[in-house]
Amino acid sequence: MTSTDSALAATPASPDESSRHGTGTKATRVLGVATIVSMGWLLVFGLGFSPADRDQEEAVRILYVHVPTIWVAYLGFAVTALCSGIYLFGKKKSLQLDRIAGASAEIAVAFVAVTLAVGAMWGRITWGVYWQWDARLTTTALLFVTYIGYLAVRRLGGSHEQRAKRSAVIGLIAVLEVPLVHWSVRLWRSLHQEATVLNPDDGVQIDGLMLFSLFVGVIAFTLLYAWLLLHRSRGMWMEDVLDDRGLDDALAARRAEAGGRPSPEPAGETS
Amino acid sequence: MNSAPTTWRIARLVAAKDLRVEWHSRIATNQVLPFAAVTMVIFAFALDSDAVLQRVAPGLVWLATLFSVLVLVQRAFAVEAEDGALEATRVAGVDPRAIYLGKALALGLQLFVLEIVLLVAAVVLYAQSVPLEGALLLTATLISATCGLAAVGILYGGLTAGQSGRETLLPLLTLPAVAPVLIGATRATEAARGTAGAVVSDGWPWLGLLAVFAVAFGVGGALAFGPLIDE
Amino acid sequence: MDTESRSPVVRLDDAVAVLGGFPALAGASIEIDHGEILLLRGPNGAGKTTLLRLCAGLVPLARGAGEVLGHDLSTERESIRQRVGLLGHHNGLYLDLTVGENVRFWGSTVGADDREIAGAIERMGVGDRLVDVTVRRLSAGQRRRTALACLVARRAELWLLDEPHAGLDATARDDIDAILRAAARAGATVVVASHELERAGALATRTVDVVAGQINPAAGEATP
Repeated sequence: MTSTDSALAATPASPDESSRHGTGTKATRVLGVATIVSMGWLLVFGLGFSPADRDQEEAVRILYVHVPTIWVAYLGFAVTALCSGIYLFGKKKSLQLDRIAGASAEIAVAFVAVTLAVGAMWGRITWGVYWQWDARLTTTALLFVTYIGYLAVRRLGGSHEQRAKRSAVIGLIAVLEVPLVHWSVRLWRSLHQEATVLNPDDGVQIDGLMLFSLFVGVIAFTLLYAWLLLHRSRGMWMEDVLDDRGLDDALAARRAEAGGRPSPEPAGETS
Repeated sequence: MNSAPTTWRIARLVAAKDLRVEWHSRIATNQVLPFAAVTMVIFAFALDSDAVLQRVAPGLVWLATLFSVLVLVQRAFAVEAEDGALEATRVAGVDPRAIYLGKALALGLQLFVLEIVLLVAAVVLYAQSVPLEGALLLTATLISATCGLAAVGILYGGLTAGQSGRETLLPLLTLPAVAPVLIGATRATEAARGTAGAVVSDGWPWLGLLAVFAVAFGVGGALAFGPLIDE
Repeated sequence: MDTESRSPVVRLDDAVAVLGGFPALAGASIEIDHGEILLLRGPNGAGKTTLLRLCAGLVPLARGAGEVLGHDLSTERESIRQRVGLLGHHNGLYLDLTVGENVRFWGSTVGADDREIAGAIERMGVGDRLVDVTVRRLSAGQRRRTALACLVARRAELWLLDEPHAGLDATARDDIDAILRAAARAGATVVVASHELERAGALATRTVDVVAGQINPAAGEATP
């Protein structure tokens, strides 16, 4: 809002580069290869080397996806909040921050969806039910819906700066909202029934190889997150550039329209 | 030129204006109140058991309140949008914090009346009663929950006012945000009337939650409202 | 014409304003002095409305530079708004409130006292019988006059009017003209966008053409 043409100022790289190569750069390609390799490792360790659990048996392998995705989702929401805060309170209103905030929230929402889906499978196998009204699950579900709302606000339209300001505010309100939700749900469950759920990553006596597999999972999903984040925020940047380029063309066309000098109303009507 | 009025004075003007609009139009009285009452009746159809109804009555009261909040917020901003008044307040440079506080105050007062009516309906329809020692807790719960609901409702109502898809975006944003109020107010109401063996002292932690919620969203909303309604 | 040495009320330099991706203003430049009644004329879609909204601080400046009442359009829109009155296609009234309640609300937000508010109602001819009627029951002309009374009560220094004559009968139009002349005499600057060229032309102290988002001195008129 402060710098009138920050939309243009925030696009340092030359447009040619992006138009030739899409959203890929050398960095994303290296990251992409690293992601594939670590996902391969996760497959090998998660499905192969790591042993079945004494209580949960083979179902424990679901946790190598379940736990890393939610951790990385929290990381993603934290990045959204951080970028929103810097955008709102920082001096330089860089739209790049807004795009990173938006891309990060999108990826994190997708990761939470994965967490909830595989968590329900794990719950069905281990507890016999898909869902438990446990504090952590309930908070996660509300977190999911809250950020779906955030993404809807991002699509409300208007100028880039308007979108950036609005979504930064909502991004920060979500930070206010989530602890309150968590607090209320915790209080609710603890007052009414003791937690009947065994905590999956509480680790009673976690096997070394299992811990290592979990660790590989965290690395693999963090790499995936970083790779997606780079591509998605660059994609958003290109959408913005496309919008702005459309503006340049429209401006030129509009000016040409007036170039033929105004065709005044018949003389005599002016005083 | 006289000195410019304070934020608080403008907030009172805005609240008085909203209540006066309601006084003239009677939309909330003639449409939203009956809507809330009908909700209480259809809950009974769905649950179809006196015992269950008596057990869940506090939750139903707050659920009906939540639905009514959505309707009242839509109405609060329809009044502004009808002839471009919200935009006119922006042109006039009226302090957005004052608009926010004023509209939240007016909404809160209307909600409070509505909640009283719903409680009476619960007493009549669901055979509820409140022991004397729970009355204080219940009153405090009503006030703080109302403040929290009004704070969230006006904040998101202002954001979605004039946007396409506002009818659907408002509940999407509001319902997850007010989940703590629903949980807190329901539990506190249960404690106040002793539902399912609850005792009054169980309610005070919930009241704390409701109060913190109202303050957090009241302050956050007042700060965020300006950037949200601006272009 | 105003010969004061103060800076102009409005100064736009190659201003661009964008509405949903469309450059409604494509490089508009103009200076407007104190006490002027400026007529903007031009076909529909030429950017007249956007120009008024830009001056009111409602539409952000996408490119170029601009100043209204000494405040920068890109950084100080808040300060501009309090001193500007915009009457667009909407009147900005609360239809369920009476004339008096509307004017009182808008006046009190800037701290106007009862006497000022009563004066504004009187000057716009919506006193007596009309003051206690809800706006929903008023005619278009009466509503327009109520909106103008709100501008007076709000002590706007720059009046921006979008088609103020549209949909009004002859008497109501005469009333509007008289009100605008009086406002200009009282020190306000008035910018009017209008199709009604004979009428608005007679009212205006200067006329410019808005064409394809740009401003040209009116054909047949010397550049000031």
